[in-house]
Amino acid sequence: MNIEASYMGLRLKSPVVASASSLSYTLDGVRRLAASGVGAIVMHSLFEEEITGEADRRARLLEAGTESYAESLSYFPEPTPQGASKRHLDLLERAASLSDVPVIGSLNATAPGGWVAHAQEMESAGAAGIELNVYMLPASPQDGGRSVEARHVELLQMVKSAVRVPVAVKLGPFFSSIGEVAAMLDAAGADGLVLFARFVHPDIDPELMRIVPGIGLSSPFESRLSRTWISLLRGKVRASIAGATGVDQAEDVIKYLLAGADVVMTASSLLRHGPAHAQELVDGVSAWMARKGFQSLADFRGMLSGSGDGDGAAEERAAYVDALRAANAKSQGPW
Amino acid sequence: MRATVDGNEAVASVAYRTNEVCCIYPITPASPMAELADEWSGKGSKNVWGSVPTVVEMQSEAGAAGAMHGALQGGALSTTFTASQGLLLMIPNMYKIAGELTPAVFHVAARSVAAHALSIFGDHSDVMAVRQTGFAILASASVQQAQDFAAIAQMATLAARVPFLHFFDGFRVSHELNTIDTLSDEELAGLVRMELIREHRGRSMTPENPFVRGTSQNPDVFFQAREASNPYYLAVPGVVESAMSAFSQRTGRSYGLVAYSGHPEAERVVVAMGSATETLAATADRVNASGDRVGVLAIHLYRPFPAEAVVGALPRSVRRVAVLDRTKEPGSLGEPLYLDVLGAISEAFQRGQIGSMPVVVGGRYGLSSKEFTPGMAAGVFAELAREEPKRGFTVGINDDVSGTSIDYDPAFDIEPPDTIRAVFFGLGSDGTVGANKNTIKIIGDEPEMFAQGYFVYDSKKSGSQTVSHLRFGRRPIRAPYLIREAGFVGCHRFEFLGRAEVLAVASRDSILLVNAPYPAEKVWEMIPRRAQEQIVEKGIELYTVDAGKIASEVGLGGRVNTVLQACFFALSGVVERERAIGQVKAFITKSYARRGDRVLKANLEAVDRALGELERVEIPAESFSAIEAPPVVPENAPDFVKRVTAMMMSGRGDELPVSAMPVDGTWPSGTAAFEKRNVSDIIARWDQDSCIQCGNCGFVCPHSVIRSKYYPPERLEGAPTGFQSAPLRARGLPGTRFTLLVYSEDCTGCGLCVEACPVIVPGELKAINLAPREERRVREEVAFFESLPAIERSRIDFATVRGTQFLEPLFEFSGACAGCGETPYLKLLSQLFGERAMVANATGCSSIYGGNLPTTPWTKDAQGRGPAWSNSLFEDNAEFGLGMRLAADQHSRLARELAVALREELGTGLVDAVLDSPQRTESELQAQRARVAMLKERLRAIGRPEATDLASVVDHLLRRSVWIVGGDGWAYDIGSGGVDHILASGRDVNVLVMDTEVYSNTGGQMSKATPLGAVAKFASAGKTAEKKDLALQAIAYGSVYVARVAMGADPQQTLRAFREAEAYEGPSLVIAYSHCIAHGIDMRDGLAQQYRAVASGYWPLIRYDPMVRAAGENPFLLDSPRPRIALSDYSGRELRYSMLAASDPLEADRLAHLAQEAVDQRWATYEEMATRPAHRFPADARRDR
Repeated sequence: MNIEASYMGLRLKSPVVASASSLSYTLDGVRRLAASGVGAIVMHSLFEEEITGEADRRARLLEAGTESYAESLSYFPEPTPQGASKRHLDLLERAASLSDVPVIGSLNATAPGGWVAHAQEMESAGAAGIELNVYMLPASPQDGGRSVEARHVELLQMVKSAVRVPVAVKLGPFFSSIGEVAAMLDAAGADGLVLFARFVHPDIDPELMRIVPGIGLSSPFESRLSRTWISLLRGKVRASIAGATGVDQAEDVIKYLLAGADVVMTASSLLRHGPAHAQELVDGVSAWMARKGFQSLADFRGMLSGSGDGDGAAEERAAYVDALRAANAKSQGPW
Repeated sequence: MRATVDGNEAVASVAYRTNEVCCIYPITPASPMAELADEWSGKGSKNVWGSVPTVVEMQSEAGAAGAMHGALQGGALSTTFTASQGLLLMIPNMYKIAGELTPAVFHVAARSVAAHALSIFGDHSDVMAVRQTGFAILASASVQQAQDFAAIAQMATLAARVPFLHFFDGFRVSHELNTIDTLSDEELAGLVRMELIREHRGRSMTPENPFVRGTSQNPDVFFQAREASNPYYLAVPGVVESAMSAFSQRTGRSYGLVAYSGHPEAERVVVAMGSATETLAATADRVNASGDRVGVLAIHLYRPFPAEAVVGALPRSVRRVAVLDRTKEPGSLGEPLYLDVLGAISEAFQRGQIGSMPVVVGGRYGLSSKEFTPGMAAGVFAELAREEPKRGFTVGINDDVSGTSIDYDPAFDIEPPDTIRAVFFGLGSDGTVGANKNTIKIIGDEPEMFAQGYFVYDSKKSGSQTVSHLRFGRRPIRAPYLIREAGFVGCHRFEFLGRAEVLAVASRDSILLVNAPYPAEKVWEMIPRRAQEQIVEKGIELYTVDAGKIASEVGLGGRVNTVLQACFFALSGVVERERAIGQVKAFITKSYARRGDRVLKANLEAVDRALGELERVEIPAESFSAIEAPPVVPENAPDFVKRVTAMMMSGRGDELPVSAMPVDGTWPSGTAAFEKRNVSDIIARWDQDSCIQCGNCGFVCPHSVIRSKYYPPERLEGAPTGFQSAPLRARGLPGTRFTLLVYSEDCTGCGLCVEACPVIVPGELKAINLAPREERRVREEVAFFESLPAIERSRIDFATVRGTQFLEPLFEFSGACAGCGETPYLKLLSQLFGERAMVANATGCSSIYGGNLPTTPWTKDAQGRGPAWSNSLFEDNAEFGLGMRLAADQHSRLARELAVALREELGTGLVDAVLDSPQRTESELQAQRARVAMLKERLRAIGRPEATDLASVVDHLLRRSVWIVGGDGWAYDIGSGGVDHILASGRDVNVLVMDTEVYSNTGGQMSKATPLGAVAKFASAGKTAEKKDLALQAIAYGSVYVARVAMGADPQQTLRAFREAEAYEGPSLVIAYSHCIAHGIDMRDGLAQQYRAVASGYWPLIRYDPMVRAAGENPFLLDSPRPRIALSDYSGRELRYSMLAASDPLEADRLAHLAQEAVDQRWATYEEMATRPAHRFPADARRDR
């Protein structure tokens, strides 16, 4: 049985891809992921503001209290000169050299220059591909939807023109028309579309009375939105499609593949169950394929996608009405 | 190659490249040499023979000398860098190293030795204290010489086999930036001969050819053996001369054992060593130009004393010789150099080598970096011209007690007119010094330009003033004294215009650049009248820029340096404007590139904005402002403060005569209260309505500026307008009012109070907040507050943080950093026990903010009682404090015996009560104090000698609280043996270790308290050893009360531990987490970091009480809950850890992993200890307790 997958032109030994998470913070983590049966590893994101913020903060702290008192004109040894993103790139380089599966760099920049520079650095560090993790929250009511979309396209084009390795865009679900955005990115040369990024909105801790980071693992429930759109886009874009969000068990992977994803990304399940869980996902897919008599992923990929006749919207609407009806039958909900 | 470097770097560069082992220990002003060596070694820089020298930090200079001695015996080329007390600690090994004829060089940034006071500044008293050790001593006078003599010393020691001490003036040379010709690796490799190195190795210890060195000798041979090395010493001057000659051949720079300059037929000659010889030589030229015949003899080789060279170099015409010593040897016939020169000349006269005996007199100058100016030099020449020149004179001070001082003309000036001189007044935090250092490097890099920079720092660590003295010219600059007339003056903080020295240093027609927070047209009217007058009188061109505004708008915060540096280049004309700006930008790009795009762009933008917004201020001929500079100290200050302290505060301490000085180093307590420094623009402001009066803000305030009192409502009568008051939130006192007053003139705006406040007010952050200083009658409010009666101690609940806010702090307004993590502990100590405390303070931050003049924070209450404070040394503080305890115990016993002898006369009831009081609780102590007072009263009526005797020790009947305080450098390293010993002594002493986990005072060097994985100086690649567990060591004795506390995590536990430690009748050890600027944190996060340190299990809060074991219970109390965050959640927020993650991520991960493991293991150990039965802990075996 062949479970090889293809993603952005990269040949992967399995369709399960470890998406960006704290598991790839350390070399040890990368090593464990590489040994777990995943087809590729997306490194944890390089957040530009984190790097420049850190450099800025470091500069401030290094200077604090210096040149004030004759006995203590400084408080730290002179730091070794280096690029601000050294730590990230060092890890990426080591990860790429030790891993036998492709390692994809994940980049989240703020300034246009940052995207290009860091993408090039990642390419030279040995990244097999680059995932642009565009986390853009148009916080101001004045931010127009069109301009947000245009920025996505612009960023992709800049990075594409600067590197030779394939480039994927990880999108958020909050566009008026996901399909159009996907098509625009596809036309702009995206090699892959990752649906969707999970926006982690902050929470409030009533005990500390502070705003706290809203980290939480995804649940299979959340995969429905991604899957819906993958199913609608399948066959309509040239770019590879990665399903992300809401994978916990092999059946979640299978559902994504049936909906039309080329590969399926997961961080939550690996964080929850450990990196070795990836092998269970892969094995689960194989077992299911054996049970169903499929020889390769191509045999069933996109089998349940909404593409084909093109009226995906109508199908989706029909499914929505069905769902509502079913829900109403079960409970006396507010609707 | 030319470079602009300071003396320390020039010397360290040679020492590092010509040695294999550097044994180091931090001490001002030599630390930078050791730090550089460590950095170079860390980066893999090689010596001239291709290997990377090993640099090892020891626990003290004694340790460094011992390690070096061993390395030398092992055949390695070894060196060390030190000064002052550090050099003194090396003396025993110096005798050994010299006695064994071992080639080695010690590089010394010469500094005062502590006597009546410590001083970090420069003179030769340390070097003179080792002149008898058998080391050859080479003195250099400038940055260039310091570099060159470092090499010559290395060459000579290998050839002579006699070890060398090479010294240069601390600060004046060690910290002066100057443009020099550097020595390349090739030059050094050619100078230091390889065959001599092999010979040195050949003499090393080896099992292949064993011998015994370091025997114990007896009366039969010791003496002869001591004389056996004489030929080597006799050869040294010749060896040094050949080394100098070889050096000259290779570099073109010629030196001699001594250097004579001046008139070839001089009648009057001054002999000296060190940087003063540069000033003397230049002054002699000027004096000779007006027809005099004077000369200067600079001594380079001081030991072995080159008598022949000295006599030979003196012109035959000389009739009068003055020998200047930069040291003081009380009780001697004269200072050492004087005696040596006198001896050399008289021996020559006796031998007939010279025909007549000149008059030779000795004088002292320049102690503790006291300026030695051309005026003083001219004064010495003039003194020699007098019929009877003074003997044992002093120059540079006014000795109105012993009449030693000679007169001089302070206005005498010899500076060449083509030297550009600029002086900048800045704040430590605004980056002025850093920018000026860059300026010097930029100009020093210009072809044909020479630069010099020297920086004068404040005595305080927060809100400190810096003064930068910069000279530029087309010839090498040899002027080792401060600028007195500057053509350019930068006043980087507007308020400084009120200080006399700013305009005093401006020459006629000079340029004054003022950073003013006003539009150009408003600037003139805001300038104090006296300053306006001087500007007009001197015809000064005034320029202004609002650097604060620009810096803040481009995102540089308070760092106004770049803006003002750009303005300096635009105005001064040192380098052509466009070129200069280009260079500044290039330098910025180079320096800031690695700090991220934003910082770089902000700095570049600052340059452009500065040039655009710099404006000239039109100076009206008349219209002087009404603004007068306020008096330095308030009218109600004591006479001494007005007469002496105020002069020092206003930068005029040099004018004070000897008679103004205490004779024995004893100064009045509590002078910091008279220095209202107003260092912060934002200060704490109390919200009386939302405050719950918990006392947390005052508890953590590092500068004791938050005070609380309660009082009956009628006391509010006459309160100044705006005086805040709220109903007291306490049961049983209805109608009582409460005031929390912020002494805003002393507030540093650190924000710890805000962080500690548990109240959250919608809209306003907390019940205490930082806010811009507002126009208020602060002094009136403080005076009114102080007029409210202090709360009686017997009415205060000492057991709660809430209660302690009503205890008067007897440690206030120190010069510690804003947000200091140490001082809140000292303040608490002073509140709880201050009125009967003796404090022994180890040298370090706490002795500096605690005892650095002009003003000091340890103070007294309304009854005149308060902590008696002293600092002995760095290494002996535990022993010093134990001595205080021994004296107290001895006198307490004597008092008790005398009281028994006088029992009938004094009243049996009273005496018995006095003798029987346990004095453990505050109420018992207050009752005892009353009894002792009564006893004193009754003693007056008794005429017997026993009564007089008892009166002299009667205060000891009140239990003294002896506190031994210091930092981790002391407790874990240099004083570790002493701490261990006194903890084992069983005596009733309290040790408070304020653990910042590095040597904070000398700039963040690693100690054994530095945690695994942290970066510090001397551990630039991250510390690879676990922090020593001092608590467990002390617990092992069984008789020691031990606590580990962190105020920011659990103030109540801190309070409890302090009280238990003090009440415990035996040795106590309190280890207090003290966040520090050297952790690389925003100091405002200090308390939160303390909380995280505890929450991660890194800093478990514990108390170990031997009394509990005696009662059969488990004495080990684990006060903090199980770790609930990862170590990285705490450590990741500190630069000391994250620096390594940036430079070597893999190693950082490895160490972080091990550190987490260590935390887990220790927690497991502690948890197990917390559940042990009592008998599994060691017993306290002391008798008669």
